[in-house]
Amino acid sequence: MAELLNLPPNLPKSQNAEVGASKFCPGCGHGITLKSLGNAIDELDIKQKTVFGCDIGCSLLSWNYMDLDTVQTHHGRTTPVIYGVTRANPEAIGIAYMGDGGGLAIGAQHLVNASVRGERLLIIVVNNTNYGMTGGQMSPTTMPGQKTETTPYGRDCSVTGEPAKAAEMVAAIANKSKSYVARSTVSNPMKLKQTFVKALKNVENGGFSFVEVLSICPLNWRTNNVDTFARLQQMEEYFEVKEFLAPESV
Amino acid sequence: MVNKLIKEDTKMFLTGNEVLAYAANSAEAEFMYGYPITPQNEIMHTWCKLLPKTGAGFLQTEDEISAGFSTIGGILAGKRAFTATAGPGNVIMQDAQSMAEMMRIPFVCAVMQRGGPSTATVIYAQQETRLTCYGGNGEGFRIVYSTAGHQDLYDYMIKAFNTAWKYKFPTYVLADGYQGKMREPVMLYDPASRGITMVPTEKALLADGEIGVDRKSAHMRNTYNMEEELMEVLDSYQVDYDKMAEDVAEWEEYKADDAEILVIAHGIVARSARTAIDELREKGIKAGLYRPITIRPLAVKPLREAVSRAKHLLFTESANGQLAQMVLEKIYGLTTPYSTLFKMGVGVTGDDIVQKVENIVKEGV
Repeated sequence: MAELLNLPPNLPKSQNAEVGASKFCPGCGHGITLKSLGNAIDELDIKQKTVFGCDIGCSLLSWNYMDLDTVQTHHGRTTPVIYGVTRANPEAIGIAYMGDGGGLAIGAQHLVNASVRGERLLIIVVNNTNYGMTGGQMSPTTMPGQKTETTPYGRDCSVTGEPAKAAEMVAAIANKSKSYVARSTVSNPMKLKQTFVKALKNVENGGFSFVEVLSICPLNWRTNNVDTFARLQQMEEYFEVKEFLAPESV
Repeated sequence: MVNKLIKEDTKMFLTGNEVLAYAANSAEAEFMYGYPITPQNEIMHTWCKLLPKTGAGFLQTEDEISAGFSTIGGILAGKRAFTATAGPGNVIMQDAQSMAEMMRIPFVCAVMQRGGPSTATVIYAQQETRLTCYGGNGEGFRIVYSTAGHQDLYDYMIKAFNTAWKYKFPTYVLADGYQGKMREPVMLYDPASRGITMVPTEKALLADGEIGVDRKSAHMRNTYNMEEELMEVLDSYQVDYDKMAEDVAEWEEYKADDAEILVIAHGIVARSARTAIDELREKGIKAGLYRPITIRPLAVKPLREAVSRAKHLLFTESANGQLAQMVLEKIYGLTTPYSTLFKMGVGVTGDDIVQKVENIVKEGV
């Protein structure tokens, strides 16, 4: 039994084993997302040519989480840093990792233009329907009626507009034959990994990829395990989980 | 590797913006990221026109925020990359510039100043002096060369790349729309012919060697958990900055040795001052010029010596004393009286300076 307890954790090779305990809050969806991403990178054996960029917000805690060359950027600015890298180094596989605030609010212009230009990188937007790091404010993807610190009586869509649907938007403006666009969820890590595999394969093939990951934030949601996954299920109904664009080559 | 277009000394009649594009090529710059804003556009126009010959790269970004951050990406990938901007573009590019400052990224940017605040005018000012030196939420760990003409633009654009890559502080060529749009003769040369070797670039990301075998993965951050941790980093930057300043700080004096009235000016205003000084000398007035070339860091010792020798100072700028403020701090304790000739966002001519100095001589102010 003692030997069993000494087994090293089953980490992807592209995850940084030296990082120690995760800095993410208990129950956070980033851990599942990053492990799935790590497994996808391992499967494709692209660790040595991958550049990982992380945004500010909760995603900044991934700055040393992966055993990948990593750069932490500014809030909303991960996409331009990473396409700056991949424009200059055509061999590099770029990953820009951010939350829904970084992707759809402060960095939205970069998401739009990277999609339109077909930049050769994978943009991952981890959507937990709020700004987690700053204490749980409304974000572009906050659900109708959802209580946050800046919508304490629930999101009133007549005032704030409807939640932004990132994958639909990107699919509408990205090149149809060269782009991989999908929405996945942390409720199904195996499927999430397969989504990342396809997305990264598409980048390897010279395409643009976008994956929105529906994720969980029990701390700011103030939910227990049961309620957390119940809410994730509601999100999965509101934000359709599927591939929006998938080139035949992946 | 890019193809250098200037292989031997070549005298050309160019606009300053064209000069900057040629200088970047002569410095073996490999990539430009840029966004249109007047008066710097022709830098990227020229860069793009030359691409088939140079084999360099270019990305027109969606804004200056992206231009700044994608330049950082290109540099982290190991390319000698640069950008250029002006006015409100310089304001929003501060986001990227402060990241470059924090992460010691050899960011190179040509700033072609225009009037401000806000959109203001599109051609000329010296109102981005403070912004370029001290913009961002930091301490101004930057190197800023203020040019006074086309030869300067060529020389200092080449130098900016080497300074940035040698000392790893963001480095700027600070000029203005007059210099960018004006056409004058300039001698282009291969830096090697002047004994200048380009400092080799390094890859911060995807460096040579295999992760886990030859090296560890790079984890670059700009966020710190503890205040003390941050201070330790910044203290070490200050030590590096002060050491660098001794090597890098440049200035020019013109007839300043015996000057009773010392004009202190930078950039193209310093050039007006030179013509004024010749005219004043002909009239028997002992005027001279002290021109900081690096306005950040300032060369403090020669500045204090020149100020000590003079009987009266005249600060003149196309701004409301942005350089003067920085200089006055460095000459604290000296008692030489001073006058000012500040024209916000408007050119200062030789005649303006002659008239002002004559007033100082006549009336003492």
